[in-house]
Amino acid sequence: MPSIISISGVTKTYATGFKALKEINLDIERGEIFALLGPNGAGKTTLISIVCGIVNRSSGTVTVDGHDISRDYRTARSLIGLVPQELTIDAFESVWATVNYSRGLFGKPANHAFVEKVLRDLSLWDKKDAKAITLSGGMKRRLMIAKALSHEPRVLFLDEPTAGVDVELRQDMWAMVRRLREDGVTIILTTHYIEEAEAMADRVGVINRGEIVLVEDKAELMRTLGRKRLLLELRSPLATIPETFSRYALELSPDGDRLTYTYDNQSERPGVASLLRDLEAAGIQFRDIDTQNSSLEEIFVNLVRKDA
Amino acid sequence: MNLRAVWAIYKMEMARAFRTVLQSIVSPVISTSLYFVVFGSAIGSRITEIDGVSYGAFIVPGLIMLSLLTQSISNASFAIYFPKFVGSIYELLSAPVSYLEIIIAYVGGAATKSIILGLIILATAGLFVPLTIEHPVWMLAFLVLTAVTFSLFGFIIGIWAKSFEQLQLVPLLIITPLTFLGGSFYSIDMLPGIWRTVTLFNPVLYLVSGFRWSFYGKSDVSIGISLGMTVVFLLVCIAIVAWIFRTGYRLRN
Repeated sequence: MPSIISISGVTKTYATGFKALKEINLDIERGEIFALLGPNGAGKTTLISIVCGIVNRSSGTVTVDGHDISRDYRTARSLIGLVPQELTIDAFESVWATVNYSRGLFGKPANHAFVEKVLRDLSLWDKKDAKAITLSGGMKRRLMIAKALSHEPRVLFLDEPTAGVDVELRQDMWAMVRRLREDGVTIILTTHYIEEAEAMADRVGVINRGEIVLVEDKAELMRTLGRKRLLLELRSPLATIPETFSRYALELSPDGDRLTYTYDNQSERPGVASLLRDLEAAGIQFRDIDTQNSSLEEIFVNLVRKDA
Repeated sequence: MNLRAVWAIYKMEMARAFRTVLQSIVSPVISTSLYFVVFGSAIGSRITEIDGVSYGAFIVPGLIMLSLLTQSISNASFAIYFPKFVGSIYELLSAPVSYLEIIIAYVGGAATKSIILGLIILATAGLFVPLTIEHPVWMLAFLVLTAVTFSLFGFIIGIWAKSFEQLQLVPLLIITPLTFLGGSFYSIDMLPGIWRTVTLFNPVLYLVSGFRWSFYGKSDVSIGISLGMTVVFLLVCIAIVAWIFRTGYRLRN
C-alpha cells in the first residue's frame, strides 16, 4: 500500500522572501505515529499547514492517501484532522454546537451519538453546554481535539499538542493517541518535548531551517546515533587521570571520585572491556559501575548543532 | 457540492444573530423609530408632501435601505473577519469546502439577517405611517438583490481588512455618507442644479430610488436604470470575489 501522506519537492517561500521550506521530501506510513522534531522556526507548522490546505506551497506535490491536495482537495482534506498549536475557538459557541459544526463543515452527516462519544472520551461531556470562553486552557485544548476528531479523520495532525498542558491532560492525550493508533489512525505530531517523541513515536523526523535533516525509525535512531556513557564510581579519588589512559578520553569529576567514559556504537575508540582491563592493571578500583544511553534530546541537539 | 458544510456555516451564522438579538434586531428597530420621531414628526410636519406622498411615508424606503446596506456590510464583514482575527479560520481553510461554498454560506447568512431586519423595519414603520406597496414583488426583489450585493461587498471588506479600524473604515467613511446623500430623506428634485448632477454619481441613489418606486410607483431615476446599476454593482462584487479566491488574497498565504 502507498504511504498515507507523500510529500515531494515541497518548497515554501513567503511573500517577504523568507524561505520557510527548501525541498521537503517525506513519506508518512499508514498507521504510524510520526514525530516531527525541530527548533522554533524550523518549518514544522508551515509544513503541516501546507498538507492541511491552510498555506499554499510554492512548489512540489502532496498526496493524502493517493489524493492530490490541490486537484482532489475535497477527498484529501476530509481525511485529515488538525489540532493547531494555538487555542483558537469561536469563544461564544457552546462545546456541543462547535463540535457538531466541525463535523458538518467536513461534510459528514450529523451523528450525535458519535459526537457524544468523542466528548466523553475527552472528559468534555459535562461541559457540552458551556461556552468555549468559559473553559480552562486544558479544556479548550480538549475541545480543539474534539473538533479535529469530530469528522472521523484517518490522519491526525497534532501541532505541539502538549505545550502548556498539565500532567493529567498530557497522559490522557497520549492514551487517546494510542487508542486512535489502534483504530488505524495515522498520527503526526510536532513537539519540543523530546521525551514524548521518544515514548510515543514509531519514527522520528528532524527538521531544521526548512530542511528535513533526518528521518529514521526511532529505535534505530537511538541505536545508531545514541551515545553511551560508562560511569565508574572510584574507591579512592584520583588527582589526575594517568597518562596511559589518554586514548580513552576519560573525564574525571571535580572531586576526583568518578570517571566518565563516553562512547558510541560505531566508535573507533576501544571498547568497555579493554578499559576495565586497563583500569585493573593500573590498580584503579571502583565501587560501582553504571551505563547510560543518551536521550533523543541529545541526539536532536547534536544534529541541529552540526547543521548550524 | 459540500452542502452539509454550507448548511453548517449558515446555521452557525444565524445562531450568532439570535445570540446577539439585541444588537442585531433591537437596536436597528430603536434607531428607526428615532428617525421617525425626528424626521417624520418634527421635520416632516413642516414638509407637506413629496410627489404626492406624505414625508413620513416618503422616507420609509430610504430608511430600510440605510439599514439594509449598513447591516449587510457589517454582518458579512464581521462574520469573515472575526475568525481571521481570532485564528479559528484555520478550520474553514482546512475543511473540504470550495470558495463558492464559503461565499454562499457566509453571504447567504448575512443577507438573510439583513432581509429579516428590513422586514422588521418595514413593520415598525407601519406603526408610524400608512404604507402602500404598489409593486410588492419588485419590493422583495430589490430587498434581496441589495442585501446579497452588499453582503458580498461586506465579505470583501472583511477579507481585505487587517484591523478592526479598517473594518469600520469603509462603512463609516463611504457607505454612511453615500446613503445620507443618496436621496434617503429627500427627492433629488429638491436639490439645487449642480448637486443634483453630483448625486447622479452616487450608486446608492439608484437603490433608494428603485426601492421607493416599488412602494409608491414614483422615482428619481427610471426603474430600469435603478435595476441596472444594482446588478452592475453585484457583478463588480462577484468579479472581485472571484479574483480574491483565485489568488487566495489575504486568506491563504
